[in-house]
Amino acid sequence: MAELKVKVMKAPAPQKRSLWEQIYLPEIMRGLSVTAKHFFKNLGIHIFRLFGFKPKGRGSVTYQYPEERRPFSPRVRSLHRLTKREDGSPRCVACMMCETICPAKCIYIVGTDHPDPNIEKRPLSFDIDIGVCVFCGLCVEACPEDAIRMDTGIFEIAAFSREGMIYHIKDLLR
Amino acid sequence: MKAAIIETVIKIAITLFWVMNLGSLLTWVERKQSAVMQDRIGANRANIGPFRAIGLFQIAADSLKLIFKEDWIPPGGNKFLHTLAPIISFFFVLMSFAMIPIGNTITIGNYTVNLVIVNSSVSLLIVFALMSLGIYGIVFAGYASNNNYSLLGSLRGSAQMFSYEITFGATIIGLLLIFQTFNIQEIVMKQQGSLWGFYPKWGIFLQPLGFILFLTAGLAETKRNPFDIPEGEAEIVGYFIEYSGLKWAVFQLVDFLESVLIGALATVLFLGGWQVPFLMADGFHFGSYLFSLSPTWVTVLQIAVFFIKLSFFLWFFMLIRWSLPRFRYDQLMKLGWKMMLPLSLLNILLTAVILLIWDSYHG
Repeated sequence: MAELKVKVMKAPAPQKRSLWEQIYLPEIMRGLSVTAKHFFKNLGIHIFRLFGFKPKGRGSVTYQYPEERRPFSPRVRSLHRLTKREDGSPRCVACMMCETICPAKCIYIVGTDHPDPNIEKRPLSFDIDIGVCVFCGLCVEACPEDAIRMDTGIFEIAAFSREGMIYHIKDLLR
Repeated sequence: MKAAIIETVIKIAITLFWVMNLGSLLTWVERKQSAVMQDRIGANRANIGPFRAIGLFQIAADSLKLIFKEDWIPPGGNKFLHTLAPIISFFFVLMSFAMIPIGNTITIGNYTVNLVIVNSSVSLLIVFALMSLGIYGIVFAGYASNNNYSLLGSLRGSAQMFSYEITFGATIIGLLLIFQTFNIQEIVMKQQGSLWGFYPKWGIFLQPLGFILFLTAGLAETKRNPFDIPEGEAEIVGYFIEYSGLKWAVFQLVDFLESVLIGALATVLFLGGWQVPFLMADGFHFGSYLFSLSPTWVTVLQIAVFFIKLSFFLWFFMLIRWSLPRFRYDQLMKLGWKMMLPLSLLNILLTAVILLIWDSYHG
């Protein structure tokens, strides 16, 4: 059994306040001046914009969502899509790698024989239950054929029922 | 007699108009100012057709929503007192505005009008009495709701208001010693002129310590954020936890109206009310130079200046409300009883001594 070493930490000494800080009012005025500075700077920007000028700075750090979208990183993981061959059929060979690795177990594939003898199989159905998906991206990593990607940029996924959250192969082949 | 009644009714209508509009406008100011201070945009979605009017329709949207909400009275509560509580709060705060002068005495034809509804010799005392009575609204709301959190909130609220009431009253004694009147209109009139030629003779320059104490105690009276003990969103929701719909809206409006009232009181007592620096009844006096103005323009200027000063205070209260964190209960009591009360007593003593010395030199 290894010897346990306990390092005893000293409690930090209470912060010493100078008399100036203990008077409290000057420090409050300092705090108010910070917020007031933000107020007047942003107000100036908004007023300039109202009169058609193009001031430097945005005046806010928020995005006006439906009209204005936040730029995403190119690596962002969004709604899945199935890539296609030149003839428009899915690249997927129904190898079940993504279904196996999926930690949420939300991919359901039914494979069948491909008419082309050079290709082993094709998916008869390829369903992803987006309501269960955790967007980990492991299916994309696991795919040997580069058949599934998460680069659509769609993240507004909503449905009125749980069934509506299941995306079928025709939804994913876009 | 008849003319006096008509005059009073018109003045009441005007006062209700500006007070209620300012109160509801403050709900918009609160959202927008906090947003701009925190680098946000704030409520701007409420619209009529393509017009958004920088979110001003939000006031109408909010009030419409609150009007159509269910008015719920808790089953174990006292129905009568539950309904009475918001009315009491609202009544007393509205009554206080009758004593606030927005302008000087004006003459229309050969009829003189004093731009204050109640020009009593004890109007300042009436305001303070009405503000103290406003506590009953909180106490009734907490008691009648049959909810422990409401009761705790109302107890906290009344404790806070009682503690700060004393400081609040004591801070103005210094001012009363100087002006020697309880009539608010007369206090404003006595702030005319200047101190040593360049300072306006306003209460803030005569009573700087009193002004700071008055503003702090006044903020505590409004029960808004740095002194948000009765509500304390993170602990208990407050005395109006069992209120919904329009009654809740009335409590919220009373909070804003109290801000307006404290701002108006600070304006008339410490910032010269409707007094414009260097402006006399016949125009601006700069030394011996006279820039003459007609009485109409003087009145318009005075009323405008009153509202500008009031808006400054409202802006400042909002700034404080959105900048400072809330006091803990013990910190609040310590600040009230151990710091503000002795300081306000010291203020009275200093003012009295200085006045005594001043009088012995100037006769």
